[in-house]
Amino acid sequence: MALRGNLRDFTISQLLNLINLAQKTGTLVVESPSEHAHLAFRDGKLAFARIGQEDNGLATVLHKANRISVNQYRAIVERSGQMTDKELGLLLINAGYVSQEDILANLQGHFTEVVRRLFAWVEGSFRFEAEMLPPEDRINVRLDLENIIIEGSRQLREWEQLQDEIPSLDMALKFTDRPLKNVNLSVEEWRVVSYINPKNTMRQIASANKMNEMEVRRIVYGLLQAGLVEVTRAEGAKVAVPARTFPTENKEEQKSLVNKLIGRIRSL
Amino acid sequence: MQTVKMVVTGPFSAGKTEFIQSVSEIDVVSTERKISGKEERAQKESTTVAMDFGRITVDEDLVLYLFGTPGQKRFDFMWEILSEGMLGFIVMVDSTRPETFREARSILETFRAYAPTPYVVAANKQDKKEAWEIEDIRHALRLDSKVKLLPCTAPDRSSVKAILLELLYSILAEMESGK
Repeated sequence: MALRGNLRDFTISQLLNLINLAQKTGTLVVESPSEHAHLAFRDGKLAFARIGQEDNGLATVLHKANRISVNQYRAIVERSGQMTDKELGLLLINAGYVSQEDILANLQGHFTEVVRRLFAWVEGSFRFEAEMLPPEDRINVRLDLENIIIEGSRQLREWEQLQDEIPSLDMALKFTDRPLKNVNLSVEEWRVVSYINPKNTMRQIASANKMNEMEVRRIVYGLLQAGLVEVTRAEGAKVAVPARTFPTENKEEQKSLVNKLIGRIRSL
Repeated sequence: MQTVKMVVTGPFSAGKTEFIQSVSEIDVVSTERKISGKEERAQKESTTVAMDFGRITVDEDLVLYLFGTPGQKRFDFMWEILSEGMLGFIVMVDSTRPETFREARSILETFRAYAPTPYVVAANKQDKKEAWEIEDIRHALRLDSKVKLLPCTAPDRSSVKAILLELLYSILAEMESGK
């Protein structure tokens, strides 16, 4: 079934979050009015990224990163012919020009940069093609998305959108099961993280850190997007609405009433 | 006569009125009004501005009321009033309109803040080709794996019954756990 929509409704960081959490394999195709991009994933990790027809072959990436000289680059382009990036990579490693770690680190850096550029796209459409696997002739990386998502979420500036995302600051936060490791947080983000506890509302966290509502919302939004925290009802919070939901206070009568409702709905 | 109530909420045009209509024994009492926004007008001609109201009589002593909230944001002042004393609530989301997912999430968070009652999320229009998959919707709405997210086709009574039953099972489970 469809996983498609519009960038006005789903930001790139929200899409990455979805792909990350669902551990999807396939290709996210993003089309803006002037360009298009392909981001390929395996098990929710970024494997490959390209904008338009830009040359992001291994030789170009290594050259741009100053890992090979202009002359080496020219020689590779002239001689590599129909060689795939995988074959070229092996050749370069065997020749002692670069190490495997060098290649992977530079490709990761390049793909991260491609995604960063996408964060600026606010107009356009997207679709996720589960059948379109990461290209086999290219070197695929396995790049965790959390840090990229947090970085993208920092760019969300609009008050109204943040208000929609986090309507109540009187709710608390708790950590999800995902481990908080290898995540790059700013000082402000760490200050918020240090107060995360179901006993503390977001309003209290803001107050303790002398942050305004906008600041705390923006930080919490990033943490939510990266799947590191989730919103929960604050422990010991006063219930704003009187909780008189049943016509009787007796617990057994309440259960009996619910069972009656179940029986009635089943019989409809 | 004892009465209990459940609330059906969700973004504009998610299918709340249709959901209630599928199981209500009375014609749904709804206050429909011409749609204000151009974009919203493209979706449907009129919307619920106060509330939908459906009824299921259980026996001569007990009646279940179903209240549907207005979907347009400018009527959100009604939500808190409607949520008073509810047994639980259903958040409806249109599986074919990802542009409404953000609002659905916002509505869900708002209702959770009103009252600590059980809730389920109904992914409506799952019969449509362009519907998002349930698990994709779960991630888009940032729902914990414990939250019940159920496929739904609002005009189909059996589908609506399944949603109501799941909510009642959650209510019962919570009572039995002593929360």
